[in-house]
Amino acid sequence: MTAELTITRERGECQTFCGLAGIVWLHRKMQDAFFLVVGSRTCAHLMQSAAGVMIFAEPRFATAVLQDRDLAGLADCNEELDRVVSELLARRPDIGTLFLVASCPSEVIKLDLDRAAERLSASRGGAVRIVAYSGSGLDTRFTQGEDTCLTALVPQMPALPSSERSLLIVGTLADVVEDQFTRLFNEMGISTVDFLPPRRVADLPPVGTGTLVIAAQPFVGETLAALRQRGATVIPAPFPFGVEGTTLWLTAAATAWGVTAERVAAVIAAPAARATQALARYRELLAGKRITFLPDSQLEIPLARFLARECGMELVELGVPYLDRRMLDAELALLPPSVRIIEGQDLETQLTRLRQDRPDMTVCGLGLANPLEAEGLTTKWSIELVFSPVQGFNQAADLAELFARPLQRRQRLVV
Amino acid sequence: MELTVWTYEGPPHIGAMRIAASMDAVHCVLHAPVGDSYADLLFTMITRSAERPPVSYTTFQARDLGGDTAELFKTRLQATYDRFQPQVMLIGEACTAELLQDQPGALAQGMGLPIPVVPLELPAFSRKENWGASETFHTLVRHLLRGHSPVNHSPFNGRQPLANLLGPTALGFRCRDDITEVRRLLDSLGVAVNVIAPAGATPADLLRIPNADFNICLYPEVAHSTCVWLERMFRQPWVRTVPIGVGATRDFITEVAQVIGIDPAPALAAAKTRLPWYSRSVDSTYLTGKRVFIFGDATHVTAAARIATEELGFTVVGLGTYSREFAREVRAAAEQYGVEALITDDYLQVEAQVAALQPELVLGTQMERHIAKRLGIPCAVMSAPVHVQDFPARYAPQMGFEGANVIFDTWVHPLMMGLEEHLITMFREDSEFHDHAPPAPPINAGAAAVDINAGASSPAPVAAAPDSSSDTPQWQADAEQELRKIPFFVRGKARRNTEQFARERGLAVITVETLYDAKAHFGR
Repeated sequence: MTAELTITRERGECQTFCGLAGIVWLHRKMQDAFFLVVGSRTCAHLMQSAAGVMIFAEPRFATAVLQDRDLAGLADCNEELDRVVSELLARRPDIGTLFLVASCPSEVIKLDLDRAAERLSASRGGAVRIVAYSGSGLDTRFTQGEDTCLTALVPQMPALPSSERSLLIVGTLADVVEDQFTRLFNEMGISTVDFLPPRRVADLPPVGTGTLVIAAQPFVGETLAALRQRGATVIPAPFPFGVEGTTLWLTAAATAWGVTAERVAAVIAAPAARATQALARYRELLAGKRITFLPDSQLEIPLARFLARECGMELVELGVPYLDRRMLDAELALLPPSVRIIEGQDLETQLTRLRQDRPDMTVCGLGLANPLEAEGLTTKWSIELVFSPVQGFNQAADLAELFARPLQRRQRLVV
Repeated sequence: MELTVWTYEGPPHIGAMRIAASMDAVHCVLHAPVGDSYADLLFTMITRSAERPPVSYTTFQARDLGGDTAELFKTRLQATYDRFQPQVMLIGEACTAELLQDQPGALAQGMGLPIPVVPLELPAFSRKENWGASETFHTLVRHLLRGHSPVNHSPFNGRQPLANLLGPTALGFRCRDDITEVRRLLDSLGVAVNVIAPAGATPADLLRIPNADFNICLYPEVAHSTCVWLERMFRQPWVRTVPIGVGATRDFITEVAQVIGIDPAPALAAAKTRLPWYSRSVDSTYLTGKRVFIFGDATHVTAAARIATEELGFTVVGLGTYSREFAREVRAAAEQYGVEALITDDYLQVEAQVAALQPELVLGTQMERHIAKRLGIPCAVMSAPVHVQDFPARYAPQMGFEGANVIFDTWVHPLMMGLEEHLITMFREDSEFHDHAPPAPPINAGAAAVDINAGASSPAPVAAAPDSSSDTPQWQADAEQELRKIPFFVRGKARRNTEQFARERGLAVITVETLYDAKAHFGR
């Protein structure tokens, strides 16, 4: 079926976040971690614009802002970084893991943060784990920042003894979703279920040849590749959005573990039926509605699959920032072949098409949402899809509701 | 390097964007990597603009760095011109592009576009947002008015004097309503407004700036250097007083009257403001000597200090600004109040000073809200940077006489809250006001037995004291645990729905499954 899909590549201006935005949710997930961006005032400004509405007494991210003297070589960048890190660790002795996050400016001046992380770790005798990764706009887009972060954690994971097995789920999930998945897998008889990222970096799960890895998010391709390097076996599957996606995802993992089809079916029967029933209410609202996704988070393809197959929506255009075939082949096979997929972005051209298509709903970033609303297009801002608990059976209806809400709102408002 | 938790100002290209977004028919092309378009949402979300800011980005990526980023810039510039057909284009670089040194300004000028193309120098590693806005506005005005000669104004006999209002921008604190309020003040003096810029102006409007008799510098952070230049080139005097506060507004009226040579007394007599009476009414007596810490941009800080001392009777215990360009003025102001000015853009330093001074009220920016919340001090916002709630739908100027009314309410409000908080601390056992409301017990049987002061240490008296009327199903421990994962503001509803669901089905025990069955049944 994938052969029939037409995928067009576009290049031009893009409207997406850089990978630094990943810090906004990663620092909430990993409670013992601190994220230090090495960059410019722009990076600091991005971070607080994206996260600043939350008032934190003590935020767990900061920026080491490069100054003129750092660029002119008047100050040794490595010495400066050592000083800033010491200052930070003195202020926050509770930090267990410090991420040094590279940005566009630090990459252009070729500041080697990997080496700095090694040096700083060594000089602290292992009291604080220091890890470097890149969240720059040059290398990463939005959710890709999580991929680079997790990839950097893979070498730090302890080894799983060769006699043991584990199921490792990769990609940030809300705690409540993790707990649901753990319960379902336990009921199937899979006792060791680990998550990456973990809630505390101090509790990094082990990995080894007995590890089965399944991605819960479509943007963790490099992390999976790194885990494979450590002997893990990757299970390809669609992503756990909606009843179908969750069923296929759970089944793929359980089957790979060796659970019988009957047992899987028995465990998921009730929650799947419940989810189907809950979803019906929103299907009524969404069926037949035309939807376009502008590129943002890599979630576009799995979400579109869910909306088309389970909610009866009609897909007009599917914009994706980049297409990682390793991650999305199972999803592409489930898409209706008629869909127009655009990889990459040329913003103005895309907006021209959007205005011609005039879909019932447009999924886009916050820079575009209000201006498009003002043009009479109903929008769903896409960042929320990364922040909300939307995976698994119990959240299937919530996910549909996220899309139904803007439509209902438009119906309600009369002024 | 400088460890930065929060930053008071963005990089200078944000200032350039603010000028472009304020104006009509001006478009800005920024040489910038992927991701820098985040700045669009400052305009579309924080100020709720219904239009995209007129800014296009080259959005280069790693793979472009090996190739020709200069060519990429030229392509984007041409495409942007063709599409938007602006009257003037601004050309700038974000920090990363500054490191590449593609010289986009020079490239753009060499492309022969049929409109003025204004290259901007925005040193991202030494300057910041307000400087960028000021420099962009100044550069743009200078570029457009180059070679124009001063207008010889006739004397005012009978003719209505004309003023320009310079400085209001997109993302500026309360600029929208300040303009209306200042127009009202000028009306009372018989002064007409010639051009308001940059907010709402076109390039053609900027060409009309010399037609005015004088300039009013409403926001020195943005317009000071432009006013100085206009004075030199076009012999336009400019009004320096910023009319924030009752006293400053009166001074403003007097200064404008002086420039146009009339008597300010009638305008002053006609002024209507409630702040002086509110502040004199006995209810305000408790405000006397309240120790206040003030931090923000130079203009708002200087104005706030005067209002705080002369109009509300507070004591200024600390005063500072992140506007280094106006450090001298703020130092001079601080001296009047017997304090030393804190000139810094380091949030941690501000926090340390607030902690050391322990004021009773903090007047500051969004950042000081973080500090004040952490330290448990009442706080009001009176300067940028601000978040979405400080771009309100209602009329909310800071300037002029209505601005003074707004300020009275805004600054006193958190103190009233503070007083209530004190009462709560004093009378902890109060049945309505206590620090953590008990999980709404059933109003009927046994509710009185719930001991709200029992900490987590005593074994769950709340859970162990269920309604004895037997039809309430029992929550299993893990279901109860699961319920706590639901955000508190919907948790109550989830509990009620689940219990109702269980009752309707005759279930005596609520499990995790029941919780989700009910959730699926009811929806959100």
